[in-house]
Amino acid sequence: MSRISNDQVKHVANLARLAITEEEAEKFTKQLDAIITFAEQLNELDTENVEPTYHVLDMKNVLREDIPQKGLPREEVLKNAPEHQDGQIKVPNIMGKED
Amino acid sequence: MSLFDYKVSDLHELLHKKELKVTDLVEESYKRIGQVEDKVQAFLTLDEEQARQSAKLLDEKLAADSQKGLLFGMPIGVKDNIVTKGLRTTCASKILENFDPIYDATVVQKLQQAETVIIGKLNMDEFAMGSSNENSAFKKTRNPWDLNRVPGGSSGGSAASVAAGEVLFSLGSDTGGSIRQPASFCGVVGMKPTYGRVSRFGLVAFASSLDQIGPITRTVEDNAFLLQAISGLDPMDSTSANVDVPNFAAALTGDVKGLKIAVPKEYLGEGVGEAARQSVLAALKVLEGLGAVWEEVSLPHSKYALAAYYLLSSSEASANLARFDGVRYGYRTPDAESLIDLYKKTRAEGFGDEVKRRIMLGTFALSSGYYDAYYKKAQQVRTLIKRDFEDVLAKYDVIVGPTAPTPAFKIGENIEDPLTMYANDILTIPLNLAGLPGISVPCGLDGGLPLGLQIIGKYFDEATIYRAAHAFEQATDFHKQKPEL
Repeated sequence: MSRISNDQVKHVANLARLAITEEEAEKFTKQLDAIITFAEQLNELDTENVEPTYHVLDMKNVLREDIPQKGLPREEVLKNAPEHQDGQIKVPNIMGKED
Repeated sequence: MSLFDYKVSDLHELLHKKELKVTDLVEESYKRIGQVEDKVQAFLTLDEEQARQSAKLLDEKLAADSQKGLLFGMPIGVKDNIVTKGLRTTCASKILENFDPIYDATVVQKLQQAETVIIGKLNMDEFAMGSSNENSAFKKTRNPWDLNRVPGGSSGGSAASVAAGEVLFSLGSDTGGSIRQPASFCGVVGMKPTYGRVSRFGLVAFASSLDQIGPITRTVEDNAFLLQAISGLDPMDSTSANVDVPNFAAALTGDVKGLKIAVPKEYLGEGVGEAARQSVLAALKVLEGLGAVWEEVSLPHSKYALAAYYLLSSSEASANLARFDGVRYGYRTPDAESLIDLYKKTRAEGFGDEVKRRIMLGTFALSSGYYDAYYKKAQQVRTLIKRDFEDVLAKYDVIVGPTAPTPAFKIGENIEDPLTMYANDILTIPLNLAGLPGISVPCGLDGGLPLGLQIIGKYFDEATIYRAAHAFEQATDFHKQKPEL
């Protein structure tokens, strides 16, 4: 039984904001299915009552003094923006139709 | 004879005796790049004008002030996922093809404080995802030992440039083996420090709980010097550790008498090539001859590391790479009808296949209904893997095994099948999951291709790793072998 279907791959691509073609969807379905099948070997292990490790070092809530600092200069920040106007980053119509 | 056949300490002395100028070192770098870069293809961007200017300035400084730091004037290459202000930084991705960073990574600031000279930015697998440099959007770096073979990855440019003598040393980054595996393939020394030892501020994030920056060098001593310069707590990286940075070079005593070495049977078993196995057994004999003792141990969950790693690193990557959306920086698709359309097309056109594959795997593993089965499960397995290491390192000083199952493979050999490619990292991945430090040092040649010995240590005990690696290096000639180009 396959672990991930063509429709699921398209759904995931949409969640990840990646446009994919039919051909790509087919290729990725095959490859992701193989990888997920491989990953399911983890089910051989009993992990009940095992705490997950999200972070390897024993540190929590690293805090610092809240001292206001100057932000980056606007012209520097805009330097890498693909499109900008009047000191602001420009994007296409936000209310446009979504597929 | 190249200037880069000398160690840092020798060059430092020559500079101070006025027998050598920083300009000479920088010219050596660009001369060699001129000779071999056509073949090796290690660099994405060269910073010639700036580097020559810095060299001149440093020579003036040296003339005015007689005593300079150890790394003063040394030419270095930097992996292209470490941001350098005003010097193009691409992560070998089309999506950042023209990205001009507006700040320096902490490690780059530290290189500047140490007065090194940055020669250029080094090729890699796109966003550090890969083991061969074949995933670079711009070029395929070649292995200097055999130009038909890969240099390893993802820090392939970092390792190849050092092996080819284009720079004295370089910085790479290691998420699942990306410093150690290319170091092994190219016959150089590569250290992945303890998670938190080196600031990640300015390292373009792949998997934030696994990524570490580290040095790639010709010798263990140079490696210790370079790690010294880049280590330490950084207020800009809240995961950098508040621990002392010892004098690593002080550990290079050559004395490994009584050193307790653990050799996991899983690291010499199935999936590991005969040449790699034999070279490790020979290395253990050398270390034994120096007074170290070794025993076979077991890291029973090793075989699950690869699966856990791909779920976790891809999950983290799917979140980290969400920032590349064509809005604030980087590539933007020329024809978008709406904002959503802009995101989707930009990312589809800007990312390569491997990056897309991992973003999708990570998005899947984190998505509703699958989170517990894949992501959380993998984090629990991570705990088991970490415990394996902790149990062994409670009784032993270091763990030793091969760095990679085989020497460098041919370009194109593994590119079609992601899982075969991933299997290259079975010996390096477990330690990233645990956050432990590990080094690869040259330990032999197989059919003219380098092999690497991996030495893993306790948390923040890079010093003992260096001591063992240095003693081994000094007792052997492997580090003196160089590729003919």
